[in-house]
Amino acid sequence: MDIYLEYILDHYKNPRNYGTLENPDISHEEGNPYCGDVIRFDLKIEDNKIVDVRFSGKGCTISQAAASILTEMIKGKDLDEVKKLTKEDMLEALGIPVGPTRIKCALLGLKVLKSGLYGLKGWPGEEEEEE
Amino acid sequence: MIGTDEWVKAIRKDFPIFERKVNGHPLVYFDNAATTQRPHSVIEAVDQFYRTYNANVHRGVHTLAAEATEAYEMAHKKVAKFIHAKRWREIVFTRNATEALNLVAYAWGLHRLKPGDNIVTTIMEHHSNLVPWQKVAKWTGATLRVADVTEEGRLNLDHLRSLIDEHTKVVAVTSVSNTLGVVNPIPEIARWAHEVGAIVVVDGAQGVPHIPTDVQAWDVDFLAASGHKMLGPTGIGFLYGKEDLLEEMEPFLFGGEMIREVWVDRATWNELPWKFEAGTPNIAGGIGLAAAVDYLMQIGMENIEAYERELTAYALERLKEVPGIVLYGPDSAEDRVGVLSFNLGEIHPHDVASILDYHGIAIRSGHHCAQPLMRRLGMEGAARISLYFYNTKEEIDLAVEVLHKALEIFA
Ligand SMILES: Cc1ncc(COP(=O)(O)O)c(C=O)c1O
Repeated sequence: MDIYLEYILDHYKNPRNYGTLENPDISHEEGNPYCGDVIRFDLKIEDNKIVDVRFSGKGCTISQAAASILTEMIKGKDLDEVKKLTKEDMLEALGIPVGPTRIKCALLGLKVLKSGLYGLKGWPGEEEEEE
Repeated sequence: MIGTDEWVKAIRKDFPIFERKVNGHPLVYFDNAATTQRPHSVIEAVDQFYRTYNANVHRGVHTLAAEATEAYEMAHKKVAKFIHAKRWREIVFTRNATEALNLVAYAWGLHRLKPGDNIVTTIMEHHSNLVPWQKVAKWTGATLRVADVTEEGRLNLDHLRSLIDEHTKVVAVTSVSNTLGVVNPIPEIARWAHEVGAIVVVDGAQGVPHIPTDVQAWDVDFLAASGHKMLGPTGIGFLYGKEDLLEEMEPFLFGGEMIREVWVDRATWNELPWKFEAGTPNIAGGIGLAAAVDYLMQIGMENIEAYERELTAYALERLKEVPGIVLYGPDSAEDRVGVLSFNLGEIHPHDVASILDYHGIAIRSGHHCAQPLMRRLGMEGAARISLYFYNTKEEIDLAVEVLHKALEIFA
């Protein structure tokens, strides 16, 4: 069961940067209507950089662990860099084989982040197809 | 002998899908409430139609057209017999149960309801027997009343009865809950509806495949079902309606097949059931559904019901052994089918489903298209094992074993 690895379960049970921010510059929440998973990202932004981040939500191991990992990836990063994060970057960071049935779980956090940052519609990885 | 190991083994041989492995394990298919598997006979009936007598129906005098028309009409006759309808004209083929329920809501509800009327339904409905009535209520000014469930997870019959009054025009209720597995007393509910002059619309999507259905004995006015939940192809379902009601109703969709005569400014309608089957129908689907009905009748719905009850009782017992499991719905197999929704401690239903999938076991996780019920039961979602007569006790044992493993992973 290659997706329930120790570090994934660790992120799930002890999520990093979990919670909310006092006065976030951006706060965005979205869910996946098919499974009911919900994720919220709160961001503090200074000089075009993400200086602080919190996520909260509820859902399965994959969606919550991915969001937790994502917070570590973006903290202190330039917004332009964050904007360039792709579906592949997220899956690579997650480091487990995510089949078609769980791909949306894995990408929910990135979707919410991008949607909150610059209004991405749809799912990460589908942008090219939509153009 | 019904229900023995040899009996189930022989049945499983009829289903080609059980030859395949999933993630290196023999497939255990426990998602039958979503859709069932198909036996050879159904697959072959569809295949044979396309190979040997493919043609459109009701138009054309050539041999293939005549054969296709006869087979498609025969399919209506078989479904009629299967659910004990008085006449085959009372069987309208649709895409699925959802479309059949929409047909009633649009073609009957929209024309008959007015402000002051009410529609009575239940909190355990699938969205397809709730949302169409929400819209009809909104469009006509009627009100929607929703009967609750009991603590045990059965329909609260006292509450339902108290909602039915002289202004009730429709009682829309499912025969079997797709989340709780409970079987509702349809004959009794039909009587209450008829006492006040209301019609009863039954969602038979989960009932028809698992328990003997007798629309005449139950005295229901409409009953909807989906072929794909009873061994048939996808894209075919049916609506049963009492002949006089169907006669009085306006059509649902307009165009070819459903008309008798057309002038530039008006048209008259074809006879039943074609009045409600506009356009070229799903001919292959109808023929496949007939093969499915043949298969079910050959085994016997009483036998299917009895075997599934035994399996359900066994599954309830075994699942209860799993520490921290919360099972929804009644505790006994009495008036219940093999739909077993549960949550395993704090483990998300998706994770439960994924771990089972690694072992070749297919189950559903999520809200099961019954969000109001989920909310009422105070849960976000659930995992769901749903059985059919080709499942075995060994498969249940296997699932229980994997659930124990899931607990270890998340310990
Ligand atoms: C109780 C019930 N009603 C209606 C439906 C809808 O069936 P279909 O999607 O085939 O129209 C389902 C399917 O899940 C169901 O379980």
